[in-house]
Amino acid sequence: MSDTGPALVSILRQGSYLVASVHTALDDTQMLRFQHDLVERIGTDRATGVIIDVAALDVLDSFGSMTLRRIAEMARLRGAETVIVGIQPDVAFAMVRLGMGPGEVPTALDLEEGLTYLNGHRDGQPGSADRPPRRPQRRP
Amino acid sequence: MNDENRPQGDVDEDQLLPQLVAHLREHRAKLRDEWASRIREAHLLEAMSAQEMAAETTSVYDNYVEVLETGSVEALQHYARDLSERIIPRGVETHEVVGIVLLLRDVLARSLFEKYQNDFALLNRVLDAYEPAANRIANTVAVSFVEERERVIRQQQDAIRELSTPVLPVRERLLILPIIGSLDGERARQLTEQLLNGIRTHRAKVVVIDITGAPDVDQTVANHLVQTVDASRLMGASVIITGLSPKIAQTLVTIGVDLSKMNTIGDLQGGLEEAERLLGYHVSTEEGITSS
Repeated sequence: MSDTGPALVSILRQGSYLVASVHTALDDTQMLRFQHDLVERIGTDRATGVIIDVAALDVLDSFGSMTLRRIAEMARLRGAETVIVGIQPDVAFAMVRLGMGPGEVPTALDLEEGLTYLNGHRDGQPGSADRPPRRPQRRP
Repeated sequence: MNDENRPQGDVDEDQLLPQLVAHLREHRAKLRDEWASRIREAHLLEAMSAQEMAAETTSVYDNYVEVLETGSVEALQHYARDLSERIIPRGVETHEVVGIVLLLRDVLARSLFEKYQNDFALLNRVLDAYEPAANRIANTVAVSFVEERERVIRQQQDAIRELSTPVLPVRERLLILPIIGSLDGERARQLTEQLLNGIRTHRAKVVVIDITGAPDVDQTVANHLVQTVDASRLMGASVIITGLSPKIAQTLVTIGVDLSKMNTIGDLQGGLEEAERLLGYHVSTEEGITSS
């Protein structure tokens, strides 16, 4: 993409995962550009997992959450599992209100949890992620 | 008092009310008894004992006459508020309060008829002075009684809201949210807010919502609960709901709330065990200490 402004989303590589942090509210065009960039990077970096961090967002409209869901689906088709992390309380409730429940995309509390989730799933069967992380993370 | 002028009917206008008050003071015992018997006949204030009633009627009577005399709105409001405060805790209904005040007005009016029956013109003027004052008292008493009631209700609502819904961490990353008392829309909204913020601050992974103490839920609240559970999932926490009473279970199924995605377990104990399992805790009794 050539029309670069200040970075609204940073996509960083962490092992075989990509960590995409959304820094500010994105409009529809920016959202689509983010989608394009991320799906591209999955191929070039041969990523097996994607973490989208939305902790900086205090609003997320219906288009935004729909796009996130589609990114997750595209990423899965390209061989990477996606987890969305850092959804703020107000955003979470607003998303549910707009009819976008969990289920389609795995979610986790924050970046750390997201990494744990991906690690856990790579050991097991990736893709069977219709529920949030539920396997025991803690060894007694 | 211009007692000598009375039969001639040429009393000063501003002398009328004092004269009236003097009359009511003079015949206090008789009028009060008559009033009390009218109250009994009308079956009002039956929640009170005879003694209480005697005390109340006396004090109400005296205050009434005093307010008639001074006519000050402040004294009147104070009187009405005082009356309501004393009378509400005894389970007195609004219609009773208005009823007794109106009865008192009538009893006093009758006594005025009797006193001035020989001078119709004067009676008219006395009533002109008496009626607005008496009506104002009845009006103010009724209004302040209702206001006092509403104040009590508001106070109780605040108290309930404060008790509301604590979010309790029990283990690392495990929260319990006991819900006691009925959930209305406002409380449900508050619950969601506290739960979601609690998940973030405690980095909770599992939340147990125990609704043993909730007597009933309606459709709005049930849907709100489902949304709260979904929102918690978006924040990475699974929710276990425990203690659904038979009644609530029936309600939820009847009104068709979609609970297929809800993780429900019979009681709080079971919920905690499940939560510990999800978190990978193993709780075991130390050998030899207890074996029940």
